Amino acid sequence: MSSVWILVAVLGAATAFGLWRRWQDGRMRGEVPRAVDVDAPEAHVDTPDSRHHGGEVITAAQIGETLGEQATFVQFSSAFCQPCRATRLLLADMTGSMPGVKHVEVDAESHLDLVRHLDVRRTPTVFLLDGEGAIRKRAVGLPRKSEVAAALTALV
Amino acid sequence: MSENSEVRVGAADDAATTQGRAGPETRSSRVLVDPRGPRFAATVTTVVLGATLLAIPGNALQESLIPVVLLTFQTLVFGAAALFGLRAQLYGRIYRAWIAPRLAPPAELEDEAPPRFSQQVGLVFTVVALVFLAFGIPVAAQVAVALALAAAFLNAAFNFCLGCEIYLLYKRVAARGAQ
Repeated sequence: MSSVWILVAVLGAATAFGLWRRWQDGRMRGEVPRAVDVDAPEAHVDTPDSRHHGGEVITAAQIGETLGEQATFVQFSSAFCQPCRATRLLLADMTGSMPGVKHVEVDAESHLDLVRHLDVRRTPTVFLLDGEGAIRKRAVGLPRKSEVAAALTALV
Repeated sequence: MSENSEVRVGAADDAATTQGRAGPETRSSRVLVDPRGPRFAATVTTVVLGATLLAIPGNALQESLIPVVLLTFQTLVFGAAALFGLRAQLYGRIYRAWIAPRLAPPAELEDEAPPRFSQQVGLVFTVVALVFLAFGIPVAAQVAVALALAAAFLNAAFNFCLGCEIYLLYKRVAARGAQ
């Protein structure tokens, strides 16, 4: 009898977790107001608060690739990552026809310092950067196409 | 049949993700599989592990061979896939032999590495459960089977690979510990 209850509890908990995950997966989060003055030194200071709420930048040196003139999608991927391939295809497709927008894929495992700094916990995690490299959006999981398009339209 | 649903592609378009410790096979080229295969396999695994959980006796004094047989079977299935790849996964073979031919070709393919990794994670849990059963600690075996069951169910129902998700967190912690 007790194992029946364990079975029910396990499947119930897994279902709740799966539904919650599906609900928030792929959303482009973190509306960051346009930087008023990008030259202000305090704009990019790494305070505990800015860690999770924008104000953060990703530089070309950190990812080993030049940034797009208008916008850059930085995709963190790993070897064991189911949605990374679909994410790559989606972002490559959406940025292919836009000359000022780049898609850069970064291997999370070989950039663990950056992964910790940005608090990347899952792959894929996608950051949308503006022309200055400031993080404007963040999506965990396969990004939703409509939200990617909307975020890009707002930026470019 | 399996030859039809698996394609090898060069590493060029995957250069960013294949560097690192993905194993010699994935480093040079990637095996792509019909994603419905691992999904079907996860469904069968969910049923087998669910039956195992129900069959584990509530206290150590009861002896039952059924959970041992079921767990050993699932361990062999995981073990073959972990060692030799998804081609050696029994449920995946059933899918390719009897189910895939009746379905339309897959709309998209996926890397073999994530589902293969999840087979390795599953193997660890079923081996641990078997050891607990052997030592007469059914409660601990129930916990191990329950965790593996949750992972298999998430994969089957939500196409969510729990082992893959934990991989990066593990790497973050492991690399920090090594410093």
